[in-house]
Amino acid sequence: MNTPVLSVRGLVKKYGERVVLDGVDLDVAEHQVVVLIGASGSGKSTLLKCVDLLEDVDDGQIFLDGHDISDPRVDAEKARRSMGMVFQSFNLFPHMTVLDNVTLSPRVVFRRSRADADERGRELLARVGLAEKADAYPDKLSGGQQQRVAIARALAYDPRLLLLDEITSALDPELVGEVLDLVGELAESGRTIVMATHEMGFARQVAHTVCFLDGGRIIESGSAEQVLTDPQQDRTRQFLSRVGGAGRSPTA
Amino acid sequence: MTALAAERLAYRQSRARRSTAIALVSTVIFAVVLFAATTSSPGWPRVQDSFLNWRVGWESLPAILDGLWLNLRVLLVCQILILIIGLSLAAVRTLRGPVWFPLRALAIGYVDLFRGLPLIICLYLVGFGLPGLRLAGIPNNPVLLGGFALVLVYSAYVAEVFRAGIQSVHPSQLAAASSLGLNYRQTMRLVVLPQAARRVTPALLNDFVALQKDCGLISVLGAVDAVRAAQIQVATSYNFTPYVVAGLLFVALAVPSARLADWATRRAATRQGAL
Repeated sequence: MNTPVLSVRGLVKKYGERVVLDGVDLDVAEHQVVVLIGASGSGKSTLLKCVDLLEDVDDGQIFLDGHDISDPRVDAEKARRSMGMVFQSFNLFPHMTVLDNVTLSPRVVFRRSRADADERGRELLARVGLAEKADAYPDKLSGGQQQRVAIARALAYDPRLLLLDEITSALDPELVGEVLDLVGELAESGRTIVMATHEMGFARQVAHTVCFLDGGRIIESGSAEQVLTDPQQDRTRQFLSRVGGAGRSPTA
Repeated sequence: MTALAAERLAYRQSRARRSTAIALVSTVIFAVVLFAATTSSPGWPRVQDSFLNWRVGWESLPAILDGLWLNLRVLLVCQILILIIGLSLAAVRTLRGPVWFPLRALAIGYVDLFRGLPLIICLYLVGFGLPGLRLAGIPNNPVLLGGFALVLVYSAYVAEVFRAGIQSVHPSQLAAASSLGLNYRQTMRLVVLPQAARRVTPALLNDFVALQKDCGLISVLGAVDAVRAAQIQVATSYNFTPYVVAGLLFVALAVPSARLADWATRRAATRQGAL
């Protein structure tokens, strides 16, 4: 069997006395889409931030292509270059044009020439449907457009693993679709993705594996069908009935 | 336009005209009262003669303007040095890693010292103390020494303004830069500092308006700037009008800078609102 792209073992994260992640195990194989669901505060975002090494972990290990990147002796900047992260609140750089946002990492971290990076950046922007916005500033764009730019920015250096942290939670309802459609296309094209979301219909459509987090642990995981339609755990059932995810047909 | 809209527009316009008229009348009344109160005071004729003497003022103007030209040159050079040193101090304070501890500590100590030290005392210490050491290479020129003291004190203020700007950049921007693989230095240079510089422009301009008038303090070291020139004119004419002339010139100098600061503040506010 191939080494998983991402492998998390016994991950523990505390903020002071509060235990946010309490021994998380997770495997993500290549071309897989893993969706993390769970109530606010269940640890979904923290898990993604720990994987991207934006937070120090207290215990456990994170393997990226078999290498333990949670070791403090590992060069975190180098490890992050294999991962792309998209945030709930976009976090675009407001003082740079859309194109410069997308090409920043290729130019500065990967030392590509401006011309190369721009060409690739424009391709990506065309792919997310924003070719004509390349020279605009982020604050002139709608939330959905900004989030699509953020996705293009995360794809600009072709990461092994894409981490999506509730990327539609800050969007107006009518803008959610355009972002999810894009993620759906990425999933279809074989990207390896871990995403935290509250969009149960979308999870059902694209997820190979759905993990339900509760109290800092993955207490149930399996295929989307299994976890969302026929959950085994009471907590999962309660959560799904609250968010209205169980039994709802996919919203395409 | 419908009749309703036309009627409402006419009403708004009439209100606007009325507001303008009231402002005009109240301003005129206020000015007349102020003028009457001042000129009817018992000491007015003497004050008018010794502070607002047209002839003395006019005769002292060329010398004071000469002095002001010196102030302007000092201002320009000091501004540039202060910007460079202030930004460097702020940048040093953001350096991470144990190697930089001595530099960080030095920067903190510097800011603490020169932000607390009254400018006039710094001027005396630098202006009279440094040449007193009789070291080779230390100039005796009061303009250079005065400018040096101004740079010392104002760099500490400007460093704090820059630091506040750096801290005002939201941590999510740092997270985004890190997630893209940028290292700390690249994040500072490409993401944090450009945003910080934009945000602190109004505060910096405000500090420079203050510097503009504090440039007049180099006169205490004997530099013949506008203030010193006015002092000399006062001493020869036995009339205080040259001080008023010098004061008005400083105000005239500060007004454009103040308007510029206002404009920059407004622009920053509308920008942030758009974000």
